[in-house]
Amino acid sequence: MHLILFLVFAGFCLGGAINLLIQSHPINSALSLIVVMVSLAVLYLLLGAEFLAAAQVIVYAGAIMVLFTFVVMLLNAGREARTMGSRAARSVGFPAVVAILAVIATVILHAHGLGVARLSDGITSTEELSTVLFTKLLLPFEVTSVLILIAILGAVALARHDDTDPQGSAERTDK
Amino acid sequence: MSSYFAQEVPLSWYLLLSAALFSLGVVGFLIKRNLITVFMSIELMLNGVNLSFVTFAQQWHAVKGQIFVFFVMMVAAAEAAVGLAIIIAVFRARATLAVDRIDLMKL
Repeated sequence: MHLILFLVFAGFCLGGAINLLIQSHPINSALSLIVVMVSLAVLYLLLGAEFLAAAQVIVYAGAIMVLFTFVVMLLNAGREARTMGSRAARSVGFPAVVAILAVIATVILHAHGLGVARLSDGITSTEELSTVLFTKLLLPFEVTSVLILIAILGAVALARHDDTDPQGSAERTDK
Repeated sequence: MSSYFAQEVPLSWYLLLSAALFSLGVVGFLIKRNLITVFMSIELMLNGVNLSFVTFAQQWHAVKGQIFVFFVMMVAAAEAAVGLAIIIAVFRARATLAVDRIDLMKL
């Protein structure tokens, strides 16, 4: 059962990721990224991370990807011109990607002591997770909330029209 | 049939999937020409790394690996908000999303 579920959702993952690359319209890429994220949530569940599976669906597939589709539709992004990247990307980038993948795969395949995942392994409960998070790691958790607050302020400051600037608005009305 | 239900999956397969997702993200970062899709490729890389964190958390029965993924998700959310705001600002200034034409800082 575990093997079947793993193969099906790993297939969805890789298929979605490849589809993200070959689609030329951003909205199709965004939808295939949602497929990747939901399949990853199932894989997290298979690995016994129930809280992360829920957070993956809510935060990634829900919040972040909705933001992405909003921006794609807001900017009315059309088809992209198809080039194969810059000369630097072709000559350095792709060999580097292949080399990195080969090194990582070799290390993983030769690693000793890697265990197996079973459905009977049991899950890490949210209680267990939050006990560590709210005792030993309380400071990083609070710092994260400050980071998100700053991110909100930054996003608002970046995205708004500066209507308070009289010169800028005058230029806009001239056009 | 019951042997299928008792099947177990080696953790190295999960790690290989995570490496493949990361590499596909890098390839997307290199070949995509749309600013938003380039940004999506970065999210794909983050997800690939998250999968390997969860896999190692399962391997060592450690909770901290999962908590690290939680923090990565929070930072990714903040990054997405700021990054998309920057994309909107760039689009407002240049009226294009093609990375080849947003080359003000290019040497």
